[in-house]
Amino acid sequence: MKKNNFGNRLFLGLIFLFLYAPIFVLIVFSFNATKSRTIWGGFSLQWYVRLFQDSAILSALQTTLLVSVLASLIAMVAGTAAAIGFAAMKRRSRHMLMSVNNIPLTNADIVTGVSLSLLFMLAINAFNSSLGSAMNITLAKGFGTMLIAHVTFDIPYVILSVMPRLRQLDPHIYEAAQDLGARGFYAFRKVILPDLMPGIINGTIIAFTMSVDDFVISYFTAGNKVSTLAMEVYSMARRRISPEINAISTLLFVAVLAMLIIVNLRQARQDSAARHQRAALTPKR
Amino acid sequence: MKNKGLAVPYVAWLAIFVVAPLILVLIYAFHDGSRFTLDNFRVMGTYAAVFGRSFLLAAIATLICILIGYPVAWFLAREGAGMRRIATILIMLPMWMNFLLRTYSWMSILENTGLLNTLFQKIGLISLVNGIFGTNYTYFSMINTQGAIVLGMVYNYLPFMILPIFTVIEKIDPRLIEAAQDLGANSAVVFRKLIFPLSVPGILSGVTMVFVPSVATFAISRLLGGGMVTLLGDLIEAQFLGGAYNPYLGSAISLVMMVIVLVCMAVMNRFGEGEEEAMLL
Repeated sequence: MKKNNFGNRLFLGLIFLFLYAPIFVLIVFSFNATKSRTIWGGFSLQWYVRLFQDSAILSALQTTLLVSVLASLIAMVAGTAAAIGFAAMKRRSRHMLMSVNNIPLTNADIVTGVSLSLLFMLAINAFNSSLGSAMNITLAKGFGTMLIAHVTFDIPYVILSVMPRLRQLDPHIYEAAQDLGARGFYAFRKVILPDLMPGIINGTIIAFTMSVDDFVISYFTAGNKVSTLAMEVYSMARRRISPEINAISTLLFVAVLAMLIIVNLRQARQDSAARHQRAALTPKR
Repeated sequence: MKNKGLAVPYVAWLAIFVVAPLILVLIYAFHDGSRFTLDNFRVMGTYAAVFGRSFLLAAIATLICILIGYPVAWFLAREGAGMRRIATILIMLPMWMNFLLRTYSWMSILENTGLLNTLFQKIGLISLVNGIFGTNYTYFSMINTQGAIVLGMVYNYLPFMILPIFTVIEKIDPRLIEAAQDLGANSAVVFRKLIFPLSVPGILSGVTMVFVPSVATFAISRLLGGGMVTLLGDLIEAQFLGGAYNPYLGSAISLVMMVIVLVCMAVMNRFGEGEEEAMLL
């Protein structure tokens, strides 16, 4: 293929500018000395200081991280187990279950959120009016219902990224391990799991990203007692958004950037190590 | 390894938390709290304008995403391996910041006293326009318009258009292109006869990933439309959590929206398949 000329590169540069301009603005104004989000009033770190005194934002951040970590970890285990189960099924039932599995991915977020909120409302009402009133317990939407919702839309991502790995697996390896005396779970852990690992990790990272990025489904399932960072921003938008939000966005962005750089440097080092190894193993002519 | 039992908990989970909730939406749509009825659909005509506006804005946003996203994917695929990798990461990186935060940032850029208007004033664009057209603008109104909402949709969902197209183009066997060139095709012909037809599946999946969330958005319209422009998402939200509490009507609107989206997707995929077959002939 022909290489890109200057015009093409310029176009790419402009699109990246478009993608990053709002993030850049967000970061710059987190250091603003005044409350304005459009007029620069000098450099200051006051919004970072205030951020760490703002219990509402901090607890929203905690909720966001907690629900994302828990949901993606649960999805990691449940999704891997489900994928292995699916792979053992006959083609037809597997196809049918996979299309149900894809519903949360293709459906609009708001429909997923609304449908789950209906389910939770009915279940909670049914419980409160029967068993709950007998035991004097009143349930309400909250962290638990939001976690269930997150797990529901996270698992499909793990399954989708583990399935291709399972298909590439040589079924005889597991039998060989058993012939050599490895029992069920031990053989699975030593022989199958390492092969699935890249898919599992990839799926879990995607699931975590989707949980962090979610607003709509949390909004419909969390009730009014807990809120995630996005819900906090949304409720602030009706009044006025505090620059503390800029400060916390900046911190999150820097954290993600640092993590990505570390992961990629490690990956690059592993790749080059593997190349050296291969080069050393190839017989010289 | 052949253990179907491992899937049983998840199949139960799917039944309770994916299938049952959708059935509830279906039941609620045909109910009014006391009996089964079609009333929810009868009042749907009142909202025809909202339906029309939502689908129109989403279609415009999707079209813009294709027009921008396709060249981006195509140019990126021609870069070297290292550059491609960095570019993919750069496209995904913004997604790690919640989309509401990024959309909120557009508010400061687009406001009447916002950064873009300040910039336009500094470089004299506003007085230039006033001079040419004899108008008397002190700012261009950009926020709280339908245009701002489309911009928000394009901004948020553009990566979902670029990435699938990029993946498809990247997978095209370079030997195919060489063969075409050996047979005398110039680069325009290579693109028209080879690369574009092979990238149609990527476009189709990009369209789905941009169109569906755009039709159903409500946060973007609230932030960038300032509550002046009601979209389907706002309408549904108002029935469930807003002042106009009526989950029955909300379910009916969701159901109709879902059905229209499904029909659109089916038609598009049929059209796309036709394209692929045409390519094989």
